[in-house]
Amino acid sequence: MTTEQTAILRLRDVAKGFVIHLQGGLAIPVVANVSFEVRAGECVVLGGPSGIGKSSILKMVYGNYRIDRGEALVADGGEVVDIASAMPRRLIGLRRTTIGYVSQFLRAIPRVSARDIVAEPAMAQGMGEVEARAKAGELLARLNLPERLWSLPPATFSGGEQQRVNIARGFIAEHPLLLLDEPTASLDAVNRAVVVGLIADKKAAGTAILGIFHDEDVRERVADRIVDVSGFAAHGEAAA
Amino acid sequence: MSDQPLLVAEDLAKYFGARVGCREVGFELYEGEVLAVVGESGSGKSTLLRLLSGQSEPTRGRVMYRMRDGVTRDIVSLSEAERRFLFRTDWGFVHQDAAAGLRMGVSAGGNVGERLMAVGWRHYGKIRSEAETWLERVEIDPARIDEAPKVFSGGMRQRLQIARNLVTSPRLMFMDEPTGGLDVSVQARLLDLLRRLVADMGLAVVVVTHDLAVARLLSHRIMVMKEGRVIETGLTDQVLDDPREPYTQLLVSSILQV
Repeated sequence: MTTEQTAILRLRDVAKGFVIHLQGGLAIPVVANVSFEVRAGECVVLGGPSGIGKSSILKMVYGNYRIDRGEALVADGGEVVDIASAMPRRLIGLRRTTIGYVSQFLRAIPRVSARDIVAEPAMAQGMGEVEARAKAGELLARLNLPERLWSLPPATFSGGEQQRVNIARGFIAEHPLLLLDEPTASLDAVNRAVVVGLIADKKAAGTAILGIFHDEDVRERVADRIVDVSGFAAHGEAAA
Repeated sequence: MSDQPLLVAEDLAKYFGARVGCREVGFELYEGEVLAVVGESGSGKSTLLRLLSGQSEPTRGRVMYRMRDGVTRDIVSLSEAERRFLFRTDWGFVHQDAAAGLRMGVSAGGNVGERLMAVGWRHYGKIRSEAETWLERVEIDPARIDEAPKVFSGGMRQRLQIARNLVTSPRLMFMDEPTGGLDVSVQARLLDLLRRLVADMGLAVVVVTHDLAVARLLSHRIMVMKEGRVIETGLTDQVLDDPREPYTQLLVSSILQV
């Protein structure tokens, strides 16, 4: 089997809904029968209008949202792990070694500098502090974040600056699977192009990427395949 | 680090007469893991903390702890002397009220050094220099080493309590509302400090809090308690972002957004 054919992520009949108990147990179905796979070195883009459940799919794969039904199988070295049933401790390990995630918004930690936030996932994978901080600096420079900001906690940064910190944090480590939730949403054309380049580098290194990109130009440049999430609409299906 | 859990709670229950303190609580905690126990006052979280730390005996179930020699022991079976030694060396306990965890009239250096003496340190100069190192690590000016915590601010007292606990390199820390009663800016500083120290030292932590923001920042996993029982458990961000139980949804939706 060549690298290109290895499925890193395989979803089978995944379904998700929310039950809002504060509104009398209101059931909100999100998606059903979600089935697709992402192979090493390819970028699969989730398509479809907003509110259709694209972010929810990424969050389920990351273990952030629970999966009601179906399987989300992730290749972890020689093992295959089902995210839907993995124990929390296993999920924590997978996030360190196997699954990277760039969320839409940076969750800033009080008093931690931008550079240290970026370096942290690389250090968690065993890179030394000096090397990790150097690599963090390279990524932040590539994303055109002014060096005077590197030592500051990003809580007061602009949306675009925070997003670039978040992107650098997601790209610094070596995760075989990378989830990207609109990483270019608040970036200018120059930085959008930088992100396109970063994605190309990851693909060349064999990373499987699953992403959401509203920007059509970016989508066309990075996507190998588009999976239309409208096809997985959960028509009135009760959530579990 | 071992593949075996450090602390195991098996079907724990505590009754006070007919009243339920907590029941049917079971979990495993590994080195480097931070577990937050959240719930409102009276949910049983403080009762659980006392059972886990051997300060009260369970009505049913048991607490198993893997000692430094690799032998797993039932906490209840330990002699009083063994339990006290564990508390002075391998365990830490951070109380909400720093006065409960410190000797308020003894100098800061004495508060930290006392734990070192309990594990056999005798050389005054070494104890003092280790105490200075720890004051610095918790961001207290070492020049204040001879002052007693009664003249310290609330945030400083809490940081001193942490230094006193960590100086013997424990493997397990219990924390009871560690940021309760502190100003918000003081809380943020303390939380950041705790987060760093816990990660650097690879500590296992059970932190009881009613503050979901504290749980979000410090913990990997969360247990939600209500009326003495664990009603929901999972990865911290999963429970907070996709809460399933009505009570957890109520807790999460009650957080004020800023």
